[in-house]
Amino acid sequence: MRQAHFERLHRPGWNAFQHSLLALEKGRRQDAAADRFPADYRRLCHHLALAESRGYSRQLVDELRNLATRGHQQLYRHRSLLMAKVLGFITGGFPRLVRAERGVVTCAFALFFGALLLTAAWVVLFPEAVHAIVPPEQLSEMEAMYDPDETGHGRFARRGSDTDWSMFGFYIMNNIGIAFQTFASGLLLGLGSLFFLLFNGITIGAIAGHLTAIGYHQPFWSFVIGHGAFELTAIALAGAAGLKLGVSLIAPGHRTRLRSLQHAATRAIRLVAGAALFLLVAAFIEAFWSSTQTFDVAFKYAIGALLWLLVGLYLGFAGRSRATE
Amino acid sequence: MSAPNTPAYPLDNLHRVETPEGIDLNLHPAGLVPRALAFAIDLAIRAVLLIALGTLLAMLGGFGIGLGAMLLFAVQWTYMVVFEVFNQGRTPGKQWLGLQVIHDDGTPVGWASSLTRNLLRFVDLLPFGYFFGVICCLWHPSFKRLGDLAAGTLVIHRQPAPASVQLPVGPERPPARPLGLDDQRTLVAFAERAPSLSPERRQELAEILAPRFGVAPEAMESHLMDMARYLVGRS
Repeated sequence: MRQAHFERLHRPGWNAFQHSLLALEKGRRQDAAADRFPADYRRLCHHLALAESRGYSRQLVDELRNLATRGHQQLYRHRSLLMAKVLGFITGGFPRLVRAERGVVTCAFALFFGALLLTAAWVVLFPEAVHAIVPPEQLSEMEAMYDPDETGHGRFARRGSDTDWSMFGFYIMNNIGIAFQTFASGLLLGLGSLFFLLFNGITIGAIAGHLTAIGYHQPFWSFVIGHGAFELTAIALAGAAGLKLGVSLIAPGHRTRLRSLQHAATRAIRLVAGAALFLLVAAFIEAFWSSTQTFDVAFKYAIGALLWLLVGLYLGFAGRSRATE
Repeated sequence: MSAPNTPAYPLDNLHRVETPEGIDLNLHPAGLVPRALAFAIDLAIRAVLLIALGTLLAMLGGFGIGLGAMLLFAVQWTYMVVFEVFNQGRTPGKQWLGLQVIHDDGTPVGWASSLTRNLLRFVDLLPFGYFFGVICCLWHPSFKRLGDLAAGTLVIHRQPAPASVQLPVGPERPPARPLGLDDQRTLVAFAERAPSLSPERRQELAEILAPRFGVAPEAMESHLMDMARYLVGRS
């Protein structure tokens, strides 16, 4: 069959296909012959293959290839069942993922909490060591924030609900930004994540140790214990995701380094998404619960301990019944 | 003539993808300059958006500041992802420049890969001003930055649909001896491109073939056109 005959025979079909394509590309699904689309697309691919093997002109082949490329884009669109996906992720997918990645997760937790606790113990034992770690301006700012001698409990007593909102926004921006940084820098062979995990662990540990040592422990610990459960865990999880990227580059196993990285990234990004959700919860608790002064300190400690237990139970056990999926 | 695996157009910088339907798609990766321009446009849009929202929300006091901080966060980290996922891989800047983000295998970009490539932008920015990203983009045959490598994504030019061309009406003449597929293709391509070439250039190109067909050089052009018409057939 010569080209002109072939074109005359199939041109109407191609035009109809292009019409559907234009509608789909503009997001007007109802205008496209959606039920016929897959069959039309396959026929077009067939025509393209024929046109190439029969040596039809470059012009025609390019035209058909353009249609095929655009059809491919529309046919293989991902389904956007966003809410169902997010809910499934929260109720089971995320804790399952954390457990499946227990290697890097354990490593990140050990690094972050190890650095935090060791530095805190070090600073309690040798109080002057804090000056080697935390810059003086930050230290005095922290001291002012948790000073029990001020009327009420430090600056929180003066905060209205207005400030709660502004702090909520600030915590979200600041903390999730830190978590994303901790993750992304893992691409540098894991060194960036390692650095951020240790750096944050040491800084937080030093401040905690210092405030405990100078007798500000009650306002400090009663403030941080609640949201700390989510916030610190999330930073460690983001670090774990970053370490996973690093490990995939250093020890790619039977894949090439690039394939290994891409494989690791699809899992790591889900860890980061979970960590971001945790930080959202943490920011909420931090802004609206941690700062309240109306409750007894013992009650705040109890709630804080409960939240830690909750995080532990969630990551350890949620979604186990469907683990075989 | 050419082996089946060599690209048909070796000079073009194409990213070839074989689909499950058994056809090859030719994607045109976008280089550093259009990508940088698209990013600059997106940056400007975000800046204008944030300044406008910021001044508006600053009037609302603490609540407004909190909301502003959240918006700043949302715009900073999700602008690219949301547009890429919901607008077929096109942020406004990319749309302006006719670019599109897709997976390596030619399928549209999804949540996970869009998020990956945009979060890892942080590393592309290191140590200053997109240094790693630029180096990686210039080094990679498909112009990928580090985030694209990890996410398995690609930024391509959206190709406009080529207009179909009709050969001018005239006599047909079968070739004196059978022509191979590549020769046929070349001949028809010459005829289809003829309107975009100057008469002198057409003549010059046609004369190359004159000795092979045993035709006078000045008659070769019309000879070629006649053969092309024969190969394409009457429409």
